[in-house]
Amino acid sequence: MSATGDAPAPREAGAETPAPKGADAESSVPAEAGGTHGTRGGAGFAVPLLETRECGKTFGGVIALREVSMQVRAGEVTCVLGDNGAGKSTLIKILSGVHPPDSGVYLVDGAPAAFTSPRDALDRGIATVYQDLAMIPLMSVWRNFFLGSEPSLGRGPLRRFDVARAKRTVRRELHSMGIDIRDVDQPVGTLSGGERQSVAIARAVHFGARVLILDEPTSALGVKQAGVVLRYIAQARDRGLGVVFITHNPHHAYPIGDRFLLLNRGASMGEYGKADITRQELTSLMAGGAELEQLAHELSRDEPPGGPKRTL
Amino acid sequence: MTVADERLAGTGLARRLLIRPELGAVVGAIVVFAFFAGQSETFRSIDGVANWLDPASTLGIMAVAIALLMIGGEFDLSAGVLTGSTGLIMVILSTRYGLSVWTAMLVALVVALLVGFLNGMIVVRTKLPSFIVTLGTFLMLQGVNLGVTKALTGTVQVSGLRRAEGYDQARALLAGTFSLGGTDFRVAILWWLGITALATWVLMRTRPGNWIFAVGGDERAARAVGVPADRTKIALFMTTAVAAWLVGSILALRFTSVQANAGLGQEFVYIIAAVIGGCLLTGGYGSAVGASIGALIFGMADKGIVFLGWDADWFKFFLGAMLLLATLANRLVRRYAEEVRH
Ligand SMILES: Nc1ncnc2c1ncn2[C@@H]1O[C@H](COP(=O)(O)OP(=O)(O)OP(=O)(O)O)[C@@H](O)[C@H]1O
Ligand SMILES: [Mg+2]
Repeated sequence: MSATGDAPAPREAGAETPAPKGADAESSVPAEAGGTHGTRGGAGFAVPLLETRECGKTFGGVIALREVSMQVRAGEVTCVLGDNGAGKSTLIKILSGVHPPDSGVYLVDGAPAAFTSPRDALDRGIATVYQDLAMIPLMSVWRNFFLGSEPSLGRGPLRRFDVARAKRTVRRELHSMGIDIRDVDQPVGTLSGGERQSVAIARAVHFGARVLILDEPTSALGVKQAGVVLRYIAQARDRGLGVVFITHNPHHAYPIGDRFLLLNRGASMGEYGKADITRQELTSLMAGGAELEQLAHELSRDEPPGGPKRTL
Repeated sequence: MTVADERLAGTGLARRLLIRPELGAVVGAIVVFAFFAGQSETFRSIDGVANWLDPASTLGIMAVAIALLMIGGEFDLSAGVLTGSTGLIMVILSTRYGLSVWTAMLVALVVALLVGFLNGMIVVRTKLPSFIVTLGTFLMLQGVNLGVTKALTGTVQVSGLRRAEGYDQARALLAGTFSLGGTDFRVAILWWLGITALATWVLMRTRPGNWIFAVGGDERAARAVGVPADRTKIALFMTTAVAAWLVGSILALRFTSVQANAGLGQEFVYIIAAVIGGCLLTGGYGSAVGASIGALIFGMADKGIVFLGWDADWFKFFLGAMLLLATLANRLVRRYAEEVRH
């Protein structure tokens, strides 16, 4: 166990605007509801739940990720932002045990992790909700909820799926997260996108996840549905989970995030604490401020150049 | 908390009934029964029932196994020919190599398990469509069945099982009859019912059952939550092979001889029965009871056409029509079940 404290060095980046945040997480969580899991959130000196140090990943000739460092702490939401192809999914695949990093180190609870499959990560309490492969549409809510971890009854050849308990538990869990599902017997395919994400989050929380990784959970959702999902993310955070929230959308990230990791073409543009960055800065940094102004310029009608118009 | 949501009102029951996979098959079975029973006295007599339950039983055993496999998202085209292979092995070993029927059956079982295991292993390792992989095994088995039979006997059939040791007991267990209300029914009917019940229990009430639906519904999603997808699929192929062994043994014991081309062409009938029973060709949905009812429809049509004195060729026409109707009905059901509501 090499409890190495905090990685020092502000995450290097080509970013000039806001000063990259050091390693103190000041934006601590308000009154952690039953802060169950080991490292308490917000404590600047506690060992982070997850940490990557200069992690890189290449696929053949493609450098998908280059020297990215980040931390995930209990009771905090770490947002990963970046454009298409920035390497967000690649990063979370490293975190969730799908790929090992090709370079750098990945620490879980301060010790190097050697995951060979998502199951290993799951066993360490790292649960991932993928946008596309969260649920099986033709199966009912309760079957999906317990898939892979079904409660059983009886022993030997008579061992069976404890259906009554599964249904009861699902109803209770969804209810306690404030998720309003009509009927746990209905196929997941009949739920709306937001409801589906919510059920997947409730499932991860129920199975004792300490870290919840969400890959673009709000990208396909309307404003209202996205709000619903953001609320459950806040719920999970308040229960003391460390959350990694991947998104394109700074307007979804800013209100809920405690720290922000910006990726651009596989490289980190810095990790910022909420106090160190404004929504405006986040937005322009994400889109590449100069590019955005260029775009605004190109899109504008015959107006005199120079008048900078922000379209966002 | 158990109070139903008000949004459930009205649509709930109808919807739940409609999305039962068996619904189409039940309606179909009633229509087919009414059709033949209305025209043929023999068809609706107790002897007639015993008569058409017989083909339904062996077909049903296979259809149930194939249904599980199809729910798990795979096909097995080698299953029909494998019933022939196991029967041939059994008869050859017990008539030419002096093994008892029981030992010969055991050897045939081992071979069947091996074929199932190989089918499954190739499919999960190569990720090739099982349609292609098992088409390969199908052709290979067909070749072996003919080649070995010809080489050993100089003809295309093996016979003489009646003289083998242990034949009478094995026959009583697998191919005998039992009496009910003065009519003799085939024991295979009991095997069929038992296997349908067992498969339904596994599917609906066990962890592997949940995994079968999951690997067929969305294999990647299932893996992501830790479902042992490869093991599930291999086990399904092996289950199908065991069913083929059972049916092969039943038929060999009943006829005491096996043709080298036995079971050929049956593989599609199994799939059709499973589809009529509500299995989706795309996997992830279906039922064992449905597949059994699908087999029942076949049994009724198979014998009913004969009772009516029609040409047996009409059976093929019937088969095609049922398949089309069932697939269309299933597609509607799936749309209904999957439609996203906001
Ligand atoms: N398995 C792979 N093989 C080859 N290249 C890959 C693989 N996975 C990702 N890449 C490449 O790595 C880069 C980063 O991809 P990644 O999926 O991580 O982006 P992303 O930030 O998640 O994008 P999006 O917002 O579109 O989801 C892309 O150029 C992609 O083509
Ligand atoms: Mg992505």
